Amino acid sequence: MTINVRFFASLRERLGLERAEISAEGVNDVRDVWQAVSDQPLDEELLVAVNHNYANLEKIVEDGDEVAFFPPVTGG
Amino acid sequence: MYIDIRQQAFDPWQELAAYRERLPAAGRSGACAVFVGTMRDYNEGDSVRSMVLEHYPGMTEQQLEKLVGASCQTHDLMDALVIHRIGEVTPGEDIVLVAAWSAHRGAAFDACREIMEALKSTAPFWKKETLAGDQGERWVTRNTSGS
Repeated sequence: MTINVRFFASLRERLGLERAEISAEGVNDVRDVWQAVSDQPLDEELLVAVNHNYANLEKIVEDGDEVAFFPPVTGG
Repeated sequence: MYIDIRQQAFDPWQELAAYRERLPAAGRSGACAVFVGTMRDYNEGDSVRSMVLEHYPGMTEQQLEKLVGASCQTHDLMDALVIHRIGEVTPGEDIVLVAAWSAHRGAAFDACREIMEALKSTAPFWKKETLAGDQGERWVTRNTSGS
């Protein structure tokens, strides 16, 4: 019963954390996932993906999901 | 449709020539629009020595497939090609190649730009620059507007 959490780029460096595994128990949506891994407020600019698809904070998460948080993208 | 993410430097013109050789749309497409993005040696007024491009393995490929697939449909493309670098890149090296093949130029131009703009705003890549003269490193925080 776990949710895999990933962090990229400047957010990974700021948190000093690349991955986290949290219990899915009591976790309903993406906002809950963030609160389980950080005591800081979620930066408005941050982007979220659930299982490699962009999502919002209200997206419901389930056991085994991969939730990623990252800053605005800068490729190309 | 061909999408690739490369750790090694690539020559976009060689890639394009090689892809054309095996293009299924050969003889049917009347237009090919190409965009090549290259690393500059400056950004926001500072000299940049190199940069590292990071991506989200799995999601980046999926996102590129999604956005290129959408443009192929919208513009009725015959084919499209995207190659993007990751890892350490130095000024003058190419970062991205986008090519779009269609029957007529309008769709090829439009799709090439649309793919590039969608890539810039949605494909999970991030750049960290190393500035010249021991000025340290910094993350690029946002892409400039394409207009």
